[in-house]
Amino acid sequence: MPRLINQHPGRSGALALGALPFLLIVAAYVIGSDLRLTENPNDKLLPSFAAFGAAIEKVAFLPDARSGEILLWKDTASSLLRLLSGIFISAALALAAGILIGVIPRVRAAFAPLVAVLSLIPPLAILPILFIVFGLGEVSKIILIVIGITPFLIRDLALRTGEIPPEQLIKAQTLGASTWLVILRVVLPQILPRLIDAVRLSLGAAWLFLIAAEAIAATDGLGYRIFLVRRYLAMDLILPYVAWITLLAYAFDLMLRRLSRRLFPWYHAEIPRA
Amino acid sequence: MSRLVIRNVWKQYDNQVVLERINLTVPEHEFCTIVGASGCGKTTFLRMLLGQESPSRGMIELDGQPLRAEPGPERGIVFQRYSVFPHLTVRENVLLGLELVASRLSGRLFGAARREALSRVEEALRSVGLEAAAGKYPSALSGGMQQRLAIAQALIKRPKILLLDEPFGALDPGIRSDMHHLLLGLWRATDMTVFMITHDLKEAFALGSRLLVFDKVRRDTQAPERFGATITFDIPLTRRDVEKDDALRMLRARADYYTGVSPEHVATEPA
Repeated sequence: MPRLINQHPGRSGALALGALPFLLIVAAYVIGSDLRLTENPNDKLLPSFAAFGAAIEKVAFLPDARSGEILLWKDTASSLLRLLSGIFISAALALAAGILIGVIPRVRAAFAPLVAVLSLIPPLAILPILFIVFGLGEVSKIILIVIGITPFLIRDLALRTGEIPPEQLIKAQTLGASTWLVILRVVLPQILPRLIDAVRLSLGAAWLFLIAAEAIAATDGLGYRIFLVRRYLAMDLILPYVAWITLLAYAFDLMLRRLSRRLFPWYHAEIPRA
Repeated sequence: MSRLVIRNVWKQYDNQVVLERINLTVPEHEFCTIVGASGCGKTTFLRMLLGQESPSRGMIELDGQPLRAEPGPERGIVFQRYSVFPHLTVRENVLLGLELVASRLSGRLFGAARREALSRVEEALRSVGLEAAAGKYPSALSGGMQQRLAIAQALIKRPKILLLDEPFGALDPGIRSDMHHLLLGLWRATDMTVFMITHDLKEAFALGSRLLVFDKVRRDTQAPERFGATITFDIPLTRRDVEKDDALRMLRARADYYTGVSPEHVATEPA
């Protein structure tokens, strides 16, 4: 028998092993839910799968009695618009700032300390300020996401820019490149895949700030709905919403990974082959 | 005519003198190989020629003009590593040198101008034997192929001076001798001046038309930073004669010191 560290599962073996913890969690939930429901059929804490089904049908397929809209899609659309606007703005800001801080010594000297300090401000602590200044509309929520993840993205990209070997920057100059062309042809293309990596890492934080903002002041959105129905202990709705958010986040992550592999094959090229 | 004149150049960092009293005149089409102990300022010297560092004292002139204090297209460079751009294919790596000067705004070429540039690129790739790998990314190339690419990339700019910082140090001996033939062929085909740092005395003798040895002539054991290295030997290698044999014998005797390898490793006569 080879050592454990040398035993590799096959393709189907890896798939089965990966599915196992999920199945165990579902099984544990079903058993726990069943036990509680036999004792008290009105228990709200661990609803049965039938209850989930009913709740999902109500929000995802039937129009809401009051507004006539299908709540899940409306919530999803509102939340995604906020999330994507926030991430898009943050990524654009961070790309420009990160590269300039990473490449140009004077810009680094002027702004790196500021970014370091800004990144330490807890974004949620200034949420009230955002509500006061920008009102309770969409702008505040998007800005919270931007304030929450941009400093991290800038610092990460500035570091990644600094990791480009100085030999490459010198080589580009001996090929006749100006500062602008060094940035455009050497630094930017190498930073884009790293931007995708950094955005993937900050997706969790972006969702956190989105849901926090929606929980406090909103009239729709995934986070708003969860915090609204919390009052009725509606676990049959909260849990499917959480699962939906998780699924969306996972899909984004997967999409970004695929996009990066497609656009930047050189970045994902493994150890030299020949 | 590309004549490089170095007049009484010193380089020091704070109190540490790295190089002192460097005086050198190098005519066009010279192939200077540079040897010396580790940490004796060879790379600092090359960096000053490149414009990455400037001398603390003295002057470096190229064709009667003071050398620009930053890297530029008249001086090409090949480092030991990281000379090529990982995000560009082999073809694009070489093309980049033509694109960067063609458009100051986009740094790209389009249409007929691009096709014309690409034919020059193909020619350059053929001259270093990389035409079959034109579409590959550098990560798919071996170390020797990457260095050949770096040379092609530098040569397409037709630099007056080509600087090589231990370009073959990380390569296998067999590939290394292939690279020597390649480099000598390319050097003979142009009128550029080459400066090449190497740790391999055999390589220095085989390739160079002139050998520069860097060493300290003054030493203070109490304060080693007080004196820097200078060019202690400046040996023409164009003629195989007594002078050269003397030089080899002398260097062989001190080979241990200069290269960190024992004398028998450099016992072979130069080619």
